Amino acid sequence: MNTLARHGLFFVAAAAVLVVVTYQVDEFTNYNIAGVAIFVIAAAGLTVLVGINGQLSLGHGALMAVGAYTTSLLLKAQPQTPLIATLLAAVITTGVAGAIIGVAAARLRGPYLAGATLALAVGLPQIATHFGSLFGGNQGLPVAPLSPPAFLGSDFSSNRWLAWVALLAALITLFLLANLVRSATGRRMRLVHDDETAARLAGIDVERTQVLAFIISAACAGLAGSLLAYQLGITSPTGFNLQLSLQLLSAIVIGGLGSLSGAVWGSILLVILPLKISDLAGNLNLSSDVANNLPLAVYGAVLVIAMLAFPRGIQGALLRIVGLARRAIRTIGPRPQASSPS
Amino acid sequence: MRTFLILTVDGLTNGFIYALVALALVMIWRATRVINYAQGAMAMFTTYIALFLITHGVTYWLAFVITLGAGFALGSVTERVLVRPVEGRPALNMVILSLGLLIFLEALAPMLFGGQVKSFPAPFSRIDLTVGSTVLYVSPFDIFIVGAVLAVMLLLTLFFQRTTIGLSMRAAALRPEIARLLGVRVGNMLTIGWGLAAMLGALAGLLISPAIFLYPNNMDEVLVFGFIGAILGGLESPSGAVIGAVVVGLALSYVGGYIGSDLETIGGLVILIAVLMVRPQGLFARGQQRRA
Repeated sequence: MNTLARHGLFFVAAAAVLVVVTYQVDEFTNYNIAGVAIFVIAAAGLTVLVGINGQLSLGHGALMAVGAYTTSLLLKAQPQTPLIATLLAAVITTGVAGAIIGVAAARLRGPYLAGATLALAVGLPQIATHFGSLFGGNQGLPVAPLSPPAFLGSDFSSNRWLAWVALLAALITLFLLANLVRSATGRRMRLVHDDETAARLAGIDVERTQVLAFIISAACAGLAGSLLAYQLGITSPTGFNLQLSLQLLSAIVIGGLGSLSGAVWGSILLVILPLKISDLAGNLNLSSDVANNLPLAVYGAVLVIAMLAFPRGIQGALLRIVGLARRAIRTIGPRPQASSPS
Repeated sequence: MRTFLILTVDGLTNGFIYALVALALVMIWRATRVINYAQGAMAMFTTYIALFLITHGVTYWLAFVITLGAGFALGSVTERVLVRPVEGRPALNMVILSLGLLIFLEALAPMLFGGQVKSFPAPFSRIDLTVGSTVLYVSPFDIFIVGAVLAVMLLLTLFFQRTTIGLSMRAAALRPEIARLLGVRVGNMLTIGWGLAAMLGALAGLLISPAIFLYPNNMDEVLVFGFIGAILGGLESPSGAVIGAVVVGLALSYVGGYIGSDLETIGGLVILIAVLMVRPQGLFARGQQRRA
């Protein structure tokens, strides 16, 4: 079976399972499922840029803001714009923004790129504050929540519909990216990452490959930002702060850098972990200063410990466990004939 | 003219504080090829220690000295416990580790010291000096900031140029293998380097907190501006970092004063991108720092 068909089958199966899940869980869980799916979209895009192409970005939260503001402005001007149009508009404007940043980024390496994208993450949201009449200032722009289409019935919950939309968007993104990283373009991106000189000698246009990776990853961030605007119901500068950019980056490294499944694991962990810790802190009867900051403290500690104990992330740890299990089965099981003593 | 003077003094004092952070970043970069994103958070944390001491009856100057010592301790422990095990692993692991430390410290501080914004004392008056009836737009505390930073730079230069340990540290940073062959304990030198860098950060925290108040992420922007300054200077050169940081301080002050205070960071971003487009390795980096 070829790659395309295999990926297609896998994602259709995943979609079927997830639809069943959204019927089994409550409203709040559906809202969080949507949150994970949105995070997965942005993290998967960032994986292509950082993990595959080797360009560090500390500023993807700002690109998500571009997507979110595109959607919010479009809905402010035309409240009846269909969902697909607002999502596509966000993808296109963020892709264009990504192209501009990508051209600049292709000239920079290592800490210089990190510094430039860091400044982007801190600086860009301030534009929204400065041009308050257009972007709604610090209060932000309200976004009407998604309402499920009529044919699903009037009692269909809006959070389940949000989860469906986000999951579908995430699965399509993952499907496209999974095929991209196995394509010739994906291999070129990897080579640029591994050895720039070798890539140049092989006739690869390094700058073009880098800009392309930035555009693709920005477009994903734009899609995620647009969906985030629907989920939060408001687009404001504080929603797209430095924290968001750093969370995205830590998600893909914790998950296992360079693999799309790693981006999924990391996103699940980083959305679910703070919720669980908050629940725990709420039950422990702590003072508000401690309870409010415990999730962040645990999150920071997890990042540090993960880098010390699991440098290859969750995906790396999983692969190791699978490898160890296989070896264990092999040693317990019957000795293969081929291994005759030499 | 009056506005211009006020903005210039403002920009210079801020720039000198950014210069401390930029110097700390450059020091760590030269020694371990790592950008310590937790530099600002570590400084915030030591400033909380200073405030804790001061509110519990310790005099400002004793607290000042203890805080610098605490900064040194925090930096060297970080190097020993967190940074050394990650050495030799992909560079991104160290980025995530220092981001993790940043997030952890910014959550730990309000858990220990309370989350509300606090004012932080200045050892000298922050009211502008006057000669006769003319206002000078410079306060005693401004003079103290500039003087303290200049003194620290002088001491650092003397330390690195004139002492054996300073020479060993430079050797360890520049050519670790050869330094090791010549009997330099490279590991210890790195630990001291991180300690000194964190001490510079602690000083920055003490100097800027009277103006920007003390809260868990009060040093985030200071770190970003210090980082921009260090990058403008080329990351390799301490004097470049100082010049870069002072340029950033002045530029932000003018952007904030003449165009709009909420555009300061965007101004920093524009300067950074403009310089990097012309010189991708910063203004003062010598030779070919990057290949291909």
